[in-house]
Amino acid sequence: MKLLRIVPDDTKFDFMRFRRISFPVSALLSIMAIALYFFHGLNFGIDFRGGTLLEVQSKSGPADIAKMRTTLGGLNLGEVQLQQFGGPTDVLIRISEQPGGDAAQQAAVQKVRAALGSEVDYRRVEVVGPRVSGELLSYGVIGLILAILCIFIYLWFRFEWQFALGAMIANVHDLVLTIGFMSLAQIDFDLTSIAALLTILGYSLNDTVVIYDRIREMLRRYKKLPIADLLNASINSTLSRSVITHVTVSLALLALLLFGGQAIHSFTATMMFGVVLVGTYTSIFIAAPILIYLGVGLGRAEGRDETPDRP
Amino acid sequence: MLYFTRWKAAAVVFTAFIVCLFAVPNFFPEKTVQSWPKWAQRHVVLGLDLQGGSHILLEVDSNAVRKEKLETLRDDVRRVLREARVGYTGLAVRGNSVEVRIREGGEQQARTKLQDLSQPLGGILGTSGARTVDITTEAGGLIRLTMTEPAIIERIRQSVEQSIQIVERRVNELGTVEPLIQRQGVDRILVQVPGLQDPTRLKELLGKTAKLDFRLVDLTMAPEQAQAGRAPPESEVLMSSAKQGQRAPYLIEKRVMVSGGDLTDAQPGFDQRSSEPIVSFRFNTSGARKFAQVTQENVGKPFAIVLDNEVISAPVIREPILGGSGQISGSFTVEQANDLAILLRAGALPAPLTIIEERTVGPGLGQDSIEKGKLSSYVGAAMVIIFMLVTYGLFGLFANIAVAINVAMIFGILSLLNATLTLPGIAGIVLTVGIAVDSNVLIYERIREEVRGGRSPINAIDAGFSRALATILDSNITTFIAAAVLFYIGTGPVRGFAVTLGIGILTTVFTAFTVTRLIVAYWVRWRRPQHVPI
Repeated sequence: MKLLRIVPDDTKFDFMRFRRISFPVSALLSIMAIALYFFHGLNFGIDFRGGTLLEVQSKSGPADIAKMRTTLGGLNLGEVQLQQFGGPTDVLIRISEQPGGDAAQQAAVQKVRAALGSEVDYRRVEVVGPRVSGELLSYGVIGLILAILCIFIYLWFRFEWQFALGAMIANVHDLVLTIGFMSLAQIDFDLTSIAALLTILGYSLNDTVVIYDRIREMLRRYKKLPIADLLNASINSTLSRSVITHVTVSLALLALLLFGGQAIHSFTATMMFGVVLVGTYTSIFIAAPILIYLGVGLGRAEGRDETPDRP
Repeated sequence: MLYFTRWKAAAVVFTAFIVCLFAVPNFFPEKTVQSWPKWAQRHVVLGLDLQGGSHILLEVDSNAVRKEKLETLRDDVRRVLREARVGYTGLAVRGNSVEVRIREGGEQQARTKLQDLSQPLGGILGTSGARTVDITTEAGGLIRLTMTEPAIIERIRQSVEQSIQIVERRVNELGTVEPLIQRQGVDRILVQVPGLQDPTRLKELLGKTAKLDFRLVDLTMAPEQAQAGRAPPESEVLMSSAKQGQRAPYLIEKRVMVSGGDLTDAQPGFDQRSSEPIVSFRFNTSGARKFAQVTQENVGKPFAIVLDNEVISAPVIREPILGGSGQISGSFTVEQANDLAILLRAGALPAPLTIIEERTVGPGLGQDSIEKGKLSSYVGAAMVIIFMLVTYGLFGLFANIAVAINVAMIFGILSLLNATLTLPGIAGIVLTVGIAVDSNVLIYERIREEVRGGRSPINAIDAGFSRALATILDSNITTFIAAAVLFYIGTGPVRGFAVTLGIGILTTVFTAFTVTRLIVAYWVRWRRPQHVPI
């Protein structure tokens, strides 16, 4: 049986040349992402903004959203958003945080339940009070920073500081672009988004570390090879693995995206963007080339190349 | 790398097998599993998002605790000064302290006596040297008693402990299966009730303090008059509960005749004459004695049954009640009478609880989520398996076997830990399938490279393994750090994701280092390959 070779053996792409394109492009994209965050904003879910979310299912045929909107609009609850969710019978209702503390949130849910009556099935009810939402947000942000810090320290121990710093920059780049994407697509930003961001962080690094590992190995073996060539060779030799792994991860994510249902849809969409699109690009075009600027391999001993240990 | 001693191979197979075995109870109905020995019963618990249910986070009102503590301190100061016959003025709670101005000449005595109110923290055995009250004296005979922060925190801690017990009793009355009630942080209580569809009643039961008092009605002044002007210092105006339509004011003595703490039992029932729903109750011995005494002294006068500062009813004492039991009627519905009985049996909360977070998932959504989770897992796994077969042929099959063992081990460990499986958790497993093959890809690609480098097949396989494993370890540790942080900061479904992701990484590293290697090692020994088929 002839086996599939997605990437041919012995590729010799000059990835390093692309850094003159990839660095400005990444910088531009990052600035755009930051601008999106500030001017377009993130679609904060109730986890971080507080408020109430109800997922209801009409018991008799498709839900009449217009009628529900009028009913709920008359309750004087401030901003009420209705949105079809999944099938035509399902409606997602978002109510902004009520002034007057935690008891007021509970009262709002009671009002909605009374107004919609027994025509609908309450599939999900979430109420997050003002204090909890504030805490969840700060926990999320602290968590992201903590994760980046821990990984930085770990990489510092395992590699040299240039690698740790390079991975950090790549890391932040990934997060910034993903947040930009979430702003652009107005994906609900909630606790699961933090989970998605942390996972993206983990896997993007996973990829980066595989390439870094190879670079380190090459650095030990070829003492005289110009650093750009060495980085190129490292990326090329791990290219097949990078591509194949991303195909398998994409297949798994694709299954989740198509069949996992609405509840984890934004989670998988974010992950797909972060892991598959950004993560791969970053490892190859940012994390590896940046090592040149950080001065990796400058202090290598002048000497002969070790002959690779062939039998 | 390809050489395994016999006992080492046996140990690997044995470990993998045992861990997988722990996953078995998940495939049998709960009834069957219950008849198995205890150690074999451990299984994965479905999260509330999958089985449906309510998650409610309550917060103990620490301001109320603080206030109550200060008021007690004020009453203690009054008692101490009266007993010592020391003249004083302006006794009041101000901010975080109690202030009192002592009349000329009594300062020295007042100070000595009030010193007794300050106890060492943690009882007599307290070693920290901290005390419950700080006492300072100022010019003009002003004495300020301040509750120390550790004393208040200790009191809040006690309130939370007591509240948990009472919440437990109330929730258990609902007859739900395996509710989870636990403390969270300093002043919070988490209540999770699987399978509960509509938490309205639960929330009502939890939202009430249920402080029940029997007090006398003050007849010296009309309630409306007291409301408008100044009520007598020993009495206060309370409103009747809203059940009768409109709320009426009552002037009630502050002194409590008998409190709800003296109740031993409360049951819902019906009044024999009016067949109206009522709650009948029984006092303990001391409560019965107190109640008998007060009713004897006050025949013909009304007394009030006060629940959470609302007057439920104010009947007139027709004859002394000596038997230590009675009934409360207050135009209840059957359900209200039922709930009141539950609340009285469970006891009063030391401080009010506020619901600060609620997440409820209906059983329909849970079931849908399980089905969608299953479907996407199967499809994802199938696609990955086919892709690996097409890319690596026989070695792809080896990888697939390793991944299958990997997933079985994840379930085994989840069961062993009695971990909670959530929808994001399922996503974590599907993702692990995608990632687990990565370790195989790393190994196989390295072998391909070594073959191209001119090594003999067996040599290439050996070198491929030894070089790839270091990389696998490094790259997985970074992801594991992310999962650990996620576990630390996450709650509920997100934590479920962190758990499966973290366990998935561990099993992935384990299978890459042992299972895959073992399979390939035995294949090499068996076939003595002349070329590597990847």
